[in-house]
Amino acid sequence: MSDPLDPRWGAAAVAAVVAVTLVISAWGLRSSRTTSDFFVASRRVRPMLNASAIGGEYVSAASFLGVAGLVLAYGAEMLWYPVGWTAGYLVLLALVAAPLRRSGAYTLPDFAEARLASGRVRAVSALLVVTIGWLYLLPQFQGAGLTLAVVTGAPSWLGGPVVALVVLVGVASGGMRSITFVQAFQYWLKLTALLAPLAVLVVVWHGDGRPLPRDLGTGIAGGGDGGGDSWSTPFGGGISGLAAGPEGLYLTYSVMVATFLGAMGLPHVVVRFYTNPDGRAARRTTLGVLGLLGFFYLLPPVYGALGRAYDTDGGLDGADTMVLRLPGLMTDGLLADSLTAVLTAGAFAAFLSTSSGLTIAVAGVLSQAVTPSGRGGRTVAGRGVPAPVRQRLPRWRVEPVTAFRVGAVLAVTVPCAAALVSPGLPVARSVGLAFAVAASTFCPLLVLGIWWRGLTDVGALAGLVVGGVGSGVGVVAALLVPDAGGGWGTALLTQPAAWSVPLAFAVMVLVSRATPRRVPAGVDRFMVRLHTPENVPLDRG
Amino acid sequence: MARWSRRRTELGTEADRATFRTLHTASLAAPALREGLRPDSAARAVGHLRALLGTPGVGLTGPAAVLAWDGAGSHHEEHLAALAARAVAAGSTALATSADLRCAAADCVLRGAIASPLVVEDDVVGTLAVLAPQVTGRLVRATDEVAVWVSGQLELAELDASRTRLVEAEVRALRAQISPHFIYNSLGAIASFVRTDPDRARELLLEFADFTRYSFRRHGEFTTLAEELRAIERYLVLEQARFGDRLAVRLRIAPEVLGVTVPFLCLQPLVENAVRHGLAGSPRPVTTVSIVARDLGRTCVVEIEDDGAGEDPTRIARVLAGTAGSADSPGTSEGAHPSVGLGNVDARLRATYGEDAGLVVETAPGAGTKVVVQIPKFAPGVHA
Repeated sequence: MSDPLDPRWGAAAVAAVVAVTLVISAWGLRSSRTTSDFFVASRRVRPMLNASAIGGEYVSAASFLGVAGLVLAYGAEMLWYPVGWTAGYLVLLALVAAPLRRSGAYTLPDFAEARLASGRVRAVSALLVVTIGWLYLLPQFQGAGLTLAVVTGAPSWLGGPVVALVVLVGVASGGMRSITFVQAFQYWLKLTALLAPLAVLVVVWHGDGRPLPRDLGTGIAGGGDGGGDSWSTPFGGGISGLAAGPEGLYLTYSVMVATFLGAMGLPHVVVRFYTNPDGRAARRTTLGVLGLLGFFYLLPPVYGALGRAYDTDGGLDGADTMVLRLPGLMTDGLLADSLTAVLTAGAFAAFLSTSSGLTIAVAGVLSQAVTPSGRGGRTVAGRGVPAPVRQRLPRWRVEPVTAFRVGAVLAVTVPCAAALVSPGLPVARSVGLAFAVAASTFCPLLVLGIWWRGLTDVGALAGLVVGGVGSGVGVVAALLVPDAGGGWGTALLTQPAAWSVPLAFAVMVLVSRATPRRVPAGVDRFMVRLHTPENVPLDRG
Repeated sequence: MARWSRRRTELGTEADRATFRTLHTASLAAPALREGLRPDSAARAVGHLRALLGTPGVGLTGPAAVLAWDGAGSHHEEHLAALAARAVAAGSTALATSADLRCAAADCVLRGAIASPLVVEDDVVGTLAVLAPQVTGRLVRATDEVAVWVSGQLELAELDASRTRLVEAEVRALRAQISPHFIYNSLGAIASFVRTDPDRARELLLEFADFTRYSFRRHGEFTTLAEELRAIERYLVLEQARFGDRLAVRLRIAPEVLGVTVPFLCLQPLVENAVRHGLAGSPRPVTTVSIVARDLGRTCVVEIEDDGAGEDPTRIARVLAGTAGSADSPGTSEGAHPSVGLGNVDARLRATYGEDAGLVVETAPGAGTKVVVQIPKFAPGVHA
């Protein structure tokens, strides 16, 4: 039934994705070219377009392949992951979106500096951006390796470096800049690549006499003990198949805390909010993202359910690539090949867009760290003649473009190397760890920074460090002991969000309370700027 | 043991280390004082000043009131205010003894006070006040020396403030610079349409009104790129009315950067420069001015280019260095001075974003001119 796929199909699909992306980006540039009469205001990025772009950057390999794999391996309780990844934008919408845009910050370290006027908090935030970026990139490269192995038969270590190289070339040459139009296209590409094969597969399933998925409530790896809809009652089974009973309840809440509160701390998502003209547009964009993600995340669980009906012997190891193997399991011949090619194209779009966005975010932070803010000279270059007035740059100064490229290389190689040596944690689980770190650090910083004027630089610093170390321990534990036995120790260590997030909040509040004299001087003005709609006439200076 | 003694010699003698400690304490007080003499900055500085003087109570006062106090003796506030007023009136150090410092507190041992005047540009702005068990010659000397140092820091603060005022004055000067020729020429162009094409004349007049309203706006040092481009758009419509087919305009604006905060009127003078100078000596029948805004992640790049007459790079370098500044005053004959506002824009960009943010100009005679501006998407303290 499942013949090995002809590698040419996979290669053609990947090439098509890259080519179409390039065409769209060229067209996107051209469309911003006009002659004399233009109306700048009407050319603003509309909220729905921006929402698609956020969706395009956000829907990663974890969503495209990982969710279905988790449902296959561990059962319906895994639906908390997609639910959380969507609901995170609800929290973002209610608490963060508009004030963050009004703050004028482009990145999270920018916000820290604007709110707390502290270089040290900025530096720690930058470090955390790099950490979260690397953690998020790791599963992308892992997933790429698995995908390439399934569709071309290449060794599974090869895919990571291949995607890393493509991303690096694209980012460093400036061709893969996160142009809103291109990223928006990526969302619709991924949605189509998931939706169209699913429609065919559901018809096939119907024709096969609608075989029922095997006990959705439990994991095939053992663990959960719940019935058909126990996923909706957290007391039921154990999430991650690690534990049942009270630990299962803890793990469920931990995943919920991490995913609900982590979305606001993702570096590649936050920079997109800057594109919105004002706070109101930022809210509308977030609302759009909620709708788009809500629809998208309906699809992977259906793949998971179909996988439960057809993939009878895949087990845990093949879970992450089940989506790609499903057409081969359910159909034959040309239909299977073409469906797999479409899915491969979508998966590669997911790797490329998310990895590019993350690499740009991480490389930006890294390049800023290696570029000293020198006092450059005025530059006047002769045109077509030798430039006698062009001043020599001091030798120690790194050109910004060079610094950015060095940063991009670092941003990609570290997680790529880690993907080669680290054990195969399910893709969606690794992404969950990045969310845990984001929720334990940037969520308290943003929420308290926006809604509480008592936050001080020392308090923020303490909270970031405590949250970062707490969730970092969990990450290391999860990466080193992915299959450790059950029990409270493992549960608390590998899913730290449920305790590290409240702890970070508490530390931030208490230390800020203990250092009330360090509340930044301009905090009242800053708060007025964050919380007043732009159309209210007001002196914001 | 040997290691310890070596480390000690590296750190210097006890006297050396005392000096280092003193200098370090002074450096801690400096940033607050550099903000000027206000209650909040005084409150942050006064603790370090007490460490410097080593007395039970130290405060900073204004001409007649205590601004901030650290240590014991805050119940003597009214005595200190009177003492400060005496020192300010006399312009010299005033002393108070136990007779001036009666208090009801049984355990108060503070029997002497010194107020040393703080002088900024020949004005006495306040005093450094010290409370101690008794007034000694050594303490008076130390207080006077610290007061002189604090005065120095406050003068630097004054310097910062006047530098800011200078930049603001430059912005105002730039606003004034737009007008004379442009207003005259625009009105002339509009007048020529009044009979032949009244509708167009009316539209142009409205554009003119909107443009001048923007450029004479009084509030805010910053605006968004979208607003600035809209003003440029109006400006170009008016210039096209005047030059007709001789002026072509090309724009390529990435929509992502329209929300970037930019200094008010930092691009329009560059476009005006391109139009006026590019067209003036251009051999071509049509001169194209193109404006490109690109998104580079953390920064946004705006390029303003014309394929007109070009300019000698050394001359532009002199303009940017400020040595040719006096020749560029408004009101001189049009076209002869290409760099209207160029130096001003350059200076304001540097003042706002740091020394790396200046203009980059590429030009040569007969080869057109390209001005590149790099604007960071976020900079502390910059918001529209």
